[in-house]
Amino acid sequence: MKYFINWHERQNVRQISTTCFCNEKMKQLASFVKKEFYHVFRDWKTLLMLFGLPVIQIMLFGFALTNEIKNADIVVVDNAHDLASQQITDKIAGSNFFSVRKTLRSPSQIDAAFKEGKIKLAVVFPVNFNEDLLHLNKASIQILADASDPNTATTLVNYISSIVSDYQSQLAPTANVPYAILPEVRMLYNPDLKGAPNFVPGVMAMVLLLVCVMMTSVSIVREKELGTMEVLLVSPVKPLMVIVSKAIPYLVLSLINLSAILILSVYLLDLPIKGSLLLLFAESALLIVTALSLGLLISTITSSQQSAMFASMMGMMLPTMLLSGYMFPIENMPVVLQVISNIVPAKWYYIIVKSVMLKGLGFSSIWKETLILTGMTVFFAILSLRNFKIRLE
Amino acid sequence: MTETVISTKKLTKRFGDFVAVDEITFDVQKGEIFGFLGANGAGKTTAMRMLCGLSIPSSGEATVAGFDVFREPEEIKKNIGYMSQRFSLYDDLSVMENIEFYAGIYGLSDKEIAEKSKELIDKLGLQKEAKKLVASLPLGWKQKLSFSVAIVHQPKIVFLDEPTGGVDPSMRRQFWDLIYDAAEKGITIFVTTHYLDEAEYCNRVSIMVDGRIDALDSPSNLRKKFGVDTMDEVFYKLARKAKRSAD
Repeated sequence: MKYFINWHERQNVRQISTTCFCNEKMKQLASFVKKEFYHVFRDWKTLLMLFGLPVIQIMLFGFALTNEIKNADIVVVDNAHDLASQQITDKIAGSNFFSVRKTLRSPSQIDAAFKEGKIKLAVVFPVNFNEDLLHLNKASIQILADASDPNTATTLVNYISSIVSDYQSQLAPTANVPYAILPEVRMLYNPDLKGAPNFVPGVMAMVLLLVCVMMTSVSIVREKELGTMEVLLVSPVKPLMVIVSKAIPYLVLSLINLSAILILSVYLLDLPIKGSLLLLFAESALLIVTALSLGLLISTITSSQQSAMFASMMGMMLPTMLLSGYMFPIENMPVVLQVISNIVPAKWYYIIVKSVMLKGLGFSSIWKETLILTGMTVFFAILSLRNFKIRLE
Repeated sequence: MTETVISTKKLTKRFGDFVAVDEITFDVQKGEIFGFLGANGAGKTTAMRMLCGLSIPSSGEATVAGFDVFREPEEIKKNIGYMSQRFSLYDDLSVMENIEFYAGIYGLSDKEIAEKSKELIDKLGLQKEAKKLVASLPLGWKQKLSFSVAIVHQPKIVFLDEPTGGVDPSMRRQFWDLIYDAAEKGITIFVTTHYLDEAEYCNRVSIMVDGRIDALDSPSNLRKKFGVDTMDEVFYKLARKAKRSAD
């Protein structure tokens, strides 16, 4: 009987001690996270960078650095002076893309204007343009573009061609052309060929990676540099808790940052989110965790804040910018780079965000990319956790 | 009745062929101020890391606060405090926030934290500075605060790794007042130092040479034994025999 009572008492004691244990852990975690938030908020320069960067990037990409061309200066050399040439010129002048500066006479004047850099493109109508068009069913226009900037030149030429074919299709019923094939082109998901759908996902990937990788690695390395890491390791705090507490503030900040980017892109750039917002956030959270474990990995292999920052920049920023497909299309790269791009987490995230945000696709269309990203995350997390423990010994 | 709080028997740490700590055996009693001396590279830090549960010994035995260093390092961590030479405070946190943080990670309750931090701030006379960032404090005060924070959870033993580096003698004296104070309350002090005048303040001193403990006694007995007037001379007599170069 006595034994029995004792046994019960012991059970009670054990229960109490486990609840205490839990409380203690929570208390530890709370103190730790609070301290990390102090670090973040005291360092206002970094904080400014964190929140300023995405806003500035969105503004820059949205309004200043854009692939869209508006009001490009062009000249029209009209040797025909007939109805058709006049109508096409009006159509060109009426579009947003061009502003027709003046009408020149001779080819040498065109040459001079190009050399001075005043114009991007010249349209030349031959003599008898309208006549040829009506009677021979065949007329030509010469389009000269300044191809020292090949992308702009191509875009402008495409715009002109579409204006001309548009005119042609208006003419078609009366022009009496029996067999004409008119390609009907539709730009899906982005009919106006805006730049925003392309760069917003890119900015999202870059900001999340930058914030998480750099901030985590720097903040862990700082503790090593200051010697406080040693004190933490002698305390009852588990290494995992050190990492988790460091990750939480950056996770929160990144999600706020992400929301800011999305709000800006929806209300400022008129870029709607077609797919599920929840899915978008979940996938972003996944990238954040990837980035946090990468940051941790960098912190285990560097010993000063500078080298951690440098490693994050070189290791994350450049591949993200160059190999995620956001600035340069991956399909056009040499095979070696195409293969390398597969290990860049941003590439997969970029595909995911584009699918969800622009195409409105659901999880069933991006499970493969999600799986790859998850695999990477698990790999980096395990690698860095093991490395972290070894280095602390 | 004395109580042994640190006990080692032939404690050894090898890194490959290199024997950093070579079969050291000693006991430290409760409330004692135990000086742990040795030239750079003599193995002090490695020995201390083993006792703190940071590094697993290669062979031998050791208990700290009654817990085995091999099997119960987590229990040891709960019962010790630690202050490194680079003091352990965060410059961008205020005095109060530093205290709260360290008390928090040792699992003190909010009530205990409030009591403790008030007591600590009153004792150090930091009432005006409580809300200021630690970065704005002079070095001597930082060290005193750092020590007080290291014992905020009332550990059985506190390990001090060259705690007074870079401070002037009068500040060091004030720092040692805090150490005596803690020892009187029953906290065992395990301290490594470069300053041999500080060795005189210890109850007992051990001197490590080439990974071994070559001398262990009270400062006065050591002076007598070596027939010299200062701890300085004792130290150099022993250190001269060292075969390992510093670092």
